[in-house]
Amino acid sequence: MGVEGIGASVVRKEDKRFITGKGRYVDDIKLQGMTHAHFIRSPHAHAKVKGIDSAEALKMPGVVAVLTGQQIVDDKVGNLICGWAITSKDGSPMKMGAWPAMAPETVRFVGQAVAVVIAETKNLARDAAEAVVVDYEELPAVADVHAAIKAGAPQLHPEAPGNQVYDWVIGDEGATDAAFSKAANVVKLDVTNNRLAPNAMEPRAAIADYDSAEEHFTLYTTSQNPHVARLVLSAFYNIAPEHKLRVIAPDVGGGFGSKIFIYPEEMVALWASKKVGRPVKWTGDRTEAFLTDAHGRDHVTHAEMAFDANNNITGLKVKTYANFGAYMSLFSSSVPTYLYATLLSGQYNIPAIHAEVIGVYTNTTPVDAYRGAGRPEASYLIERLMETAARQLKVDPAALRRQNFITQFPHQTPVIMAYDTGDFNASLDAAMKAIDYAGFAARKAKAKADGMLRGIGVSCYIEACGIAPSKAVGSLGAGVGLWESAEVRVNPVGTIEILTGSHSHGQGHETTFCQLVAERLGIPISQVSIVHGDTDKVQFGMGTYGSRSAAVGLTAILKAMEKMEAKAKKIAAHALEASEADIVIENGEFKVTGTDKAIALPMVALAAYTAHNLPDGMEPGLKESAFYDPTNFTFPAGAYICEVEVDPGTGKTSFVNFVAADDFGRLINPMIVEGQVHGGLAQGIGQALLEHAIYDANGQPVTASFMDYSMPRADDLPSFKLSHTTTLCPGNPLGIKGCGEAGAIGASAAVINAITDAIGKNNLEMPATPDRVWRTIHAA
Amino acid sequence: MYQTTYHRASSVDEAAALFAKGSEAKFLAGGQTLLPVMKQRLASPSDVIDLGKIKELIGIEVSGDTLTVKAATPHYDVATSDAVKKAIPALAYLASLIGDPAVRYRGTIGGSIANNDPAADYPAALLALGATVKTNKRSIAAEDFFKGLFTTALEDGEIITSVSFPVPQKAGYAKMPHPASRFALTAVFVAQTKSGEIRVAATGASQSGVMRVPAIEAALKTSWSPSAIDGVTISASNLLSDIHGTSEYRANLIKVMAQRAVAAAG
Ligand SMILES: Cc1cc2nc3c(=O)[nH]c(=O)nc-3n(C[C@H](O)[C@H](O)[C@H](O)COP(=O)(O)OP(=O)(O)OC[C@H]3O[C@@H](n4cnc5c(N)ncnc54)[C@H](O)[C@@H]3O)c2cc1C
Repeated sequence: MGVEGIGASVVRKEDKRFITGKGRYVDDIKLQGMTHAHFIRSPHAHAKVKGIDSAEALKMPGVVAVLTGQQIVDDKVGNLICGWAITSKDGSPMKMGAWPAMAPETVRFVGQAVAVVIAETKNLARDAAEAVVVDYEELPAVADVHAAIKAGAPQLHPEAPGNQVYDWVIGDEGATDAAFSKAANVVKLDVTNNRLAPNAMEPRAAIADYDSAEEHFTLYTTSQNPHVARLVLSAFYNIAPEHKLRVIAPDVGGGFGSKIFIYPEEMVALWASKKVGRPVKWTGDRTEAFLTDAHGRDHVTHAEMAFDANNNITGLKVKTYANFGAYMSLFSSSVPTYLYATLLSGQYNIPAIHAEVIGVYTNTTPVDAYRGAGRPEASYLIERLMETAARQLKVDPAALRRQNFITQFPHQTPVIMAYDTGDFNASLDAAMKAIDYAGFAARKAKAKADGMLRGIGVSCYIEACGIAPSKAVGSLGAGVGLWESAEVRVNPVGTIEILTGSHSHGQGHETTFCQLVAERLGIPISQVSIVHGDTDKVQFGMGTYGSRSAAVGLTAILKAMEKMEAKAKKIAAHALEASEADIVIENGEFKVTGTDKAIALPMVALAAYTAHNLPDGMEPGLKESAFYDPTNFTFPAGAYICEVEVDPGTGKTSFVNFVAADDFGRLINPMIVEGQVHGGLAQGIGQALLEHAIYDANGQPVTASFMDYSMPRADDLPSFKLSHTTTLCPGNPLGIKGCGEAGAIGASAAVINAITDAIGKNNLEMPATPDRVWRTIHAA
Repeated sequence: MYQTTYHRASSVDEAAALFAKGSEAKFLAGGQTLLPVMKQRLASPSDVIDLGKIKELIGIEVSGDTLTVKAATPHYDVATSDAVKKAIPALAYLASLIGDPAVRYRGTIGGSIANNDPAADYPAALLALGATVKTNKRSIAAEDFFKGLFTTALEDGEIITSVSFPVPQKAGYAKMPHPASRFALTAVFVAQTKSGEIRVAATGASQSGVMRVPAIEAALKTSWSPSAIDGVTISASNLLSDIHGTSEYRANLIKVMAQRAVAAAG
């Protein structure tokens, strides 16, 4: 490893611009003649739109247009799609209702847009929006999954009778039933995985610019995957053919999944820009973010685990109701199915698993992937079950896990995934040592003497990342392939531009991706720049989510680098009159091994571009590209243990300690990895203790601001103790597994296991607010 | 429609005169309540009259047994003032718990009590310490000042100029913060006056705003100690109940916070 190579904690290149206010976000961009959009949104969870009267609004100062849902439908802008087809157990395709970008007839959640005002300024648009009169006829609404599937419940979409999108199953039901019939012990658990609002720091925004002469659109948007956005806008929404649509995702202030999806606002901005003949800008505010950014989680699950007389797991049965909200968002269908149920084996040998997932429409904001996407729900369920089992079977929870760990790899689980490698004992050992697990009983006794309830909780998570082998996901219903592309451009002066289809919105790609180049060529990262987020610059890419950018995106860069290096070596060998096989790359030079003959990278690059003296038949230039399709998912795994103290007077939980031992495979930049884990843990702990997007029975959101929705803050969190136990991923040449979601996947169960241990009651839902914990302690 | 005219007053009299001229004028102090409400378009004053730069409204003074905090003094100044820490440390502590650093730098005692949010911190201190609110027109006892949710004895255009706190024998404050807003989910201020009177006020708990807690006052009269409150039962009826705290939980918090406040008071 060089000072800036793989494994070095290099300071992030991008931070200078971020921390000096020089970042360039969508809202920072101002175009000549730009207008501003303000959406008129439904205050009702379910209503018929009987009419929209914009006569008064159109007379107001600065108003350019008022456009309605009926107009966007009349103009044949496509309905929003869901990109992953799921088949129900009876063989029928999932049942989806139409989702127009603005509602022409029926609104189905609070915040759904029915019209948009385009005006000279944001405030004028807002003023005029108040003068638009929308005549709603309220309909009964339903927000809760259980209420939604009851006979007689309000119906959202005629296409989905009973509000059911699908009833999907995975695993071997017969084998699982057989395991349960022979079980010595069965452990049962009901859990709710609370709905979360993602709350990226930067709200969503879009600027659409239509050029009538070229019939060409440019869209600046807050996207985690601008190429996918262009593909969907072009192929499904009829905005423009791909070569007439440029999508730019400049600096993006966090996504956590919520900026994967193509939202109505971008579609409306593009369409409106053509209609009014001027650029249209929309920047969401925090309230709009709460109401319209896809939410995460929201599962209600019953699970049972069978054990033999020796406490070995013999079977697992799971039934989950997944709340999708009012419409099927872009990847929503895959989250509670292929991203959730396929991880239900956890870190354990479970011979038989059967899971059923019922997707349900409700009058709430659509739900889709949010940091972890399905895997936090799986991990939380399994780790709560293991803890419950240990309590019921009266064995040590760490020992019960250990006894059931998978130790032989590769391991085929009964739910599709084939784990390639791992060492679950190593991470559990590391975490137990870091927290002094053995000394816990004494600490608990001491805390008790001080009137405090102390608890310890373990969570051994596994996730499937590096999403994903295209053929495999295609066979499971995905509408896209999940490879990544890269291009390496060596400029004539020897500096390097890396074009990548990955998108950085906080991950630090501008640093880590350069580190790979620095490692291979022995040049400083200052000579390398990363180009991403613009469909005119990068040919194609699948974007960033599912902890895929290092495992998939960086591997694509490696493949392109190898091609570039092979050509550069030929040029160097020719110049040095040496054999190509003798050329090695060191410290930015191409050397003839064992001699002092060398030629520096800039001279090789210059030779490539002057083309005065290249090997016979060689094309000029030094630029290579590659597409990399992974061979398998990657399987980051680890053990989190937390120790908490609960104040019995107030029910408030405080952290004594939180340790994490993760196996992410190879680390490119340990400091950035640490930051990713900290952020993930904060979100996992946030889910466990604080966060909950709540609706009342009529579908009115009650947590649509930071005064009501508890975002975790630094003082809610402990200082984390992180460590790594590494097994290299055999599936990619760099041995990388991914680290972006682990914290959010593993943390929640550790926290709830610790609190329930402290209070001596096993059943406690998230978020474990002081009120809820206090009531649980004092419940009869 | 939402245009407003900003005025920076340089004296209380000028502020009062500007207010009288405006059709729907509002005073502005730290802006921590008024500005968010204006941004949400829930208030649209014709004129906004800034009190925050009026010199006579800023500062902290101790004279004899009275601590006076002028109306436009920010929470941060109260939290860090040596005079407050010496005279009524519980008051400095209370101010240090308000919101977050940004809120404490801008928000003021006058704005806080004029707003009388049922979960605000200062009202508990005013009520328990038996403070007096001074305005440009009169003096109002804390007892008479707070009139339920977001309502006070202030008349239209009346300006709070200061709050005077009698320095107590002992006082303590304990707060369970609301997890999202950091206002009081429930907080209790306990005080023993120099004349030996025991006064206890709870905020964040009641449906009608800050309130005295006679049951706890009575218990503390028998013995000034946390355990004296052990046997007290607080009724949950008429207490607030929401997603962050049921009324039973708040009833419990009144008791627990009172015990902790007494422990803190010593
Ligand atoms: C995120 C956040 C967290 C908060 N957390 C807490 C908390 O934990 N505890 C707590 O107690 N408070 C909290 N607050 C409120 C904060 O204390 C505010 O400072 C207070 O509510 C208002 O004070 P201000 O000086 O900002 O008043 P402004 O917002 O300027 O004014 C509020 C009202 O008071 C009137 N007013 C102001 N000064 C006077 C005066 N001298 N005479 C007459 N009327 C006047 C104004 O006309 C207006 O109606 C929080 C606020 C925010 C935004």
